[in-house]
Amino acid sequence: MQLRPLKTVQDIKMLKEETLKDISLRLKEYKIENEIKKYHILVCAGTGCTSSKSNIVRQKLEKEIEKRNLQDRVKVFKTGCFGFCKLGPIIAVHPDRTFYIKVDQNDVDDILDKHIMNGQVVEKLLYKSPSNNKIQETIDEIDFFNHQMRIALRNCGVINPEDIREYIALDGYLALANILENNINPEEIIKTLKESGLRGRGGGGFLTGLKWEYARNYEGNKKYVLCNADEGDPGAFMDRSILEGDPHSVIEAMIIAGYTIGASQGYIYVRAEYPIAVERLEIAIKQARELGILGKNILGSSFSFDLDIRLGAGAFVCGEETALIQSVMGLRGEPRPRPPFPAEVGLWEMPTLNNNVETYANIPIILRKGAKWYSSIGTEDSKGTKVFALAGQINNTGLIEVPMGTTLRTIIYEIGRGIHDNKKFKAVQTGGPSGGCIPESLLDTKIDFKSLTDIGSMMGSGGMIIMDETDCMVDIARFYLQFAQDESCGKCVPCRIGTKRLLEILNKITSGKGEMEDLEILENLCYDIKNSSLCGLGQTAPNPILSTLKYFRDEYIAHIKDKTCPAGVCNDLLKVVISEEKCIACGICARVCPVNAITGEHKKPPFYINQDICIKCGACIPKCPVNAIYKR
Amino acid sequence: MDLKIEKNLEVKYKKLDEIIEKYKKQKGMLIRILQESQDVFGYLPMEVQTYISDKLNIPISTINGIVSFYSLFSQKPQGKYTIGVCLGTACYVKGAQEVLEAIKKELQIDVGETTMDGLFTLKATRCIGACGLAPVITINDEVYGRLTPSDIPAILYKYIKTHKETILSK
Repeated sequence: MQLRPLKTVQDIKMLKEETLKDISLRLKEYKIENEIKKYHILVCAGTGCTSSKSNIVRQKLEKEIEKRNLQDRVKVFKTGCFGFCKLGPIIAVHPDRTFYIKVDQNDVDDILDKHIMNGQVVEKLLYKSPSNNKIQETIDEIDFFNHQMRIALRNCGVINPEDIREYIALDGYLALANILENNINPEEIIKTLKESGLRGRGGGGFLTGLKWEYARNYEGNKKYVLCNADEGDPGAFMDRSILEGDPHSVIEAMIIAGYTIGASQGYIYVRAEYPIAVERLEIAIKQARELGILGKNILGSSFSFDLDIRLGAGAFVCGEETALIQSVMGLRGEPRPRPPFPAEVGLWEMPTLNNNVETYANIPIILRKGAKWYSSIGTEDSKGTKVFALAGQINNTGLIEVPMGTTLRTIIYEIGRGIHDNKKFKAVQTGGPSGGCIPESLLDTKIDFKSLTDIGSMMGSGGMIIMDETDCMVDIARFYLQFAQDESCGKCVPCRIGTKRLLEILNKITSGKGEMEDLEILENLCYDIKNSSLCGLGQTAPNPILSTLKYFRDEYIAHIKDKTCPAGVCNDLLKVVISEEKCIACGICARVCPVNAITGEHKKPPFYINQDICIKCGACIPKCPVNAIYKR
Repeated sequence: MDLKIEKNLEVKYKKLDEIIEKYKKQKGMLIRILQESQDVFGYLPMEVQTYISDKLNIPISTINGIVSFYSLFSQKPQGKYTIGVCLGTACYVKGAQEVLEAIKKELQIDVGETTMDGLFTLKATRCIGACGLAPVITINDEVYGRLTPSDIPAILYKYIKTHKETILSK
């Protein structure tokens, strides 16, 4: 791709008009004339779809188009995440806005011959709503997208993230250009951000405008802008999707941040586990430099700013800002007490502004459309939208963006289309290892920062894991504690030793050795750790225990008093049993049992397992020809 | 301190010198240097850490402190194929633990270990963000999703077969 440097703001506006002509057919407003002259096929190239082999589909499309000599009529593009990862690989055909799911390389012929050549949709690749089995043909019809409002994800699934011109075509870098052209006073930018009510999307929920103001007001020889892309919460992948689908929105916001606080260097700290995101960022930074949007004298102005990528090396605690700063400097990522906050003493002891990916992605559009527009969305406490990663036992898994104040019920039953396999909903976990489990009785909670904290969970970075009747809440608490224990950096005692003790008690309970007084010890220890840990990781690590103790205490009691696991998860509390109705007395199970615990008479059902002898190895379960043996 | 360098390692150490040379003037690049060194050697043995410490004049304790802190660094040789079982929450509730158990049983190794033939290293990884496909595992760069324990033997066999074929063709 040939990119010539843009010298003035006028240049960027011309480039926008030029590119918009090419890609306008992908937009909802586009009016199809009598005959479609050109098609764009967008193939999702996010991590989800790439894992489902979308690359192969894209290459096959390109090859077959060349074979059929259709290059003038149809073009294939990579694009960012549509959010519907479960049904990948996903393809959108424009201007029809047709949405194809689970596309295999063998479907390529059908798409080209039927759709492109004859204008007929390929029915077998269309989405059917799990609720009524009706086909939903276009992006605008699909129920998954119904209650959504895409602001941070506005360009994901629309533009090619590896082409800066497409970002510019959809008003990208316009906010920056406007600031540079009119020499906008940084105070004004801060004022807009404050009025918009945007709060940090990384978990803390601190008012972004205020953070920028602090970083601007502290004096320093040099200042830095940081982007926290160390998305560590298990089950959250919105930051990765933004970096993969729309990296320039983050870069633009960081340049504006540099202009506002007076910094000339920025760093994006991104997890090494996200290779595609890193690659897209590298391409984006390179193209921005070529266009003169990054580097010396941006767009011909007197302002200079450059960006570098720093790769994380696998430590959850590095998502904490003081630990992240250590890691960017190439050291062990250990947090330190705050204050002083990084806005005062940050990278190399200089004032440093740190925001997370999703926060940055919101900023260019806020500056373009104004604080009033943004603050009209959401609730009194939290403005705008929030991206959530919906996963677990739910029909539609994927990435969604909804206005703050949407209820959990809407998200789970309208967008997520209910629980997988018609099982019964048990809990939704928000906020990752720092959050809590929310029971069914609270599903009508309108989510924002405050409401989630009030019910013992938190917004966190936006992971949302749905659990059903087959998930044991004690085991889930144990799972999160295991995680917190593994990732504890070891610097402060409450977190290093406290989480270990918590985990030991939980292990005791799930293995059937718990006593009622353990619950009290557990609870007290939780509060001690919350109150005395150094950083956010330790302070929030007990939350999964506290929230499950609050809402699912009966499950703890069942483990302790009745020595049973109601969900059938905790192995030590389960019995292997043979169903009397199903058993055909073939005797295969008795032959594979290593401890001769199974007895019975041939052809005279049923057989029995002697629970005193059984070691619960489960060897008999897969051997049974009629699936009569199960764990209970 | 003089370090004994084996002949066949000379090429690798030459590459290491290049890496150190490239980054030593910039500040805060130690993690990057270690990452690229690990790409060259496959892991970070004590000799390499000592060498880097020597060249950069950074105490070995600082370097080892970093290597042992971050989970992406390894101080032991790794297998030809690294299996990463995602134990993020979404994968966990979808049965990742059973998938992990199946791999452990099939390869007779525990998490963090390498098979005797040096073919597979088993790791429990943090969320890779493919939650829509849960449970997932990665083998080197390849991602396998929507798995059940019964899928494991066939997947592993594919790698064993490729490995045998490459040996035979040599």
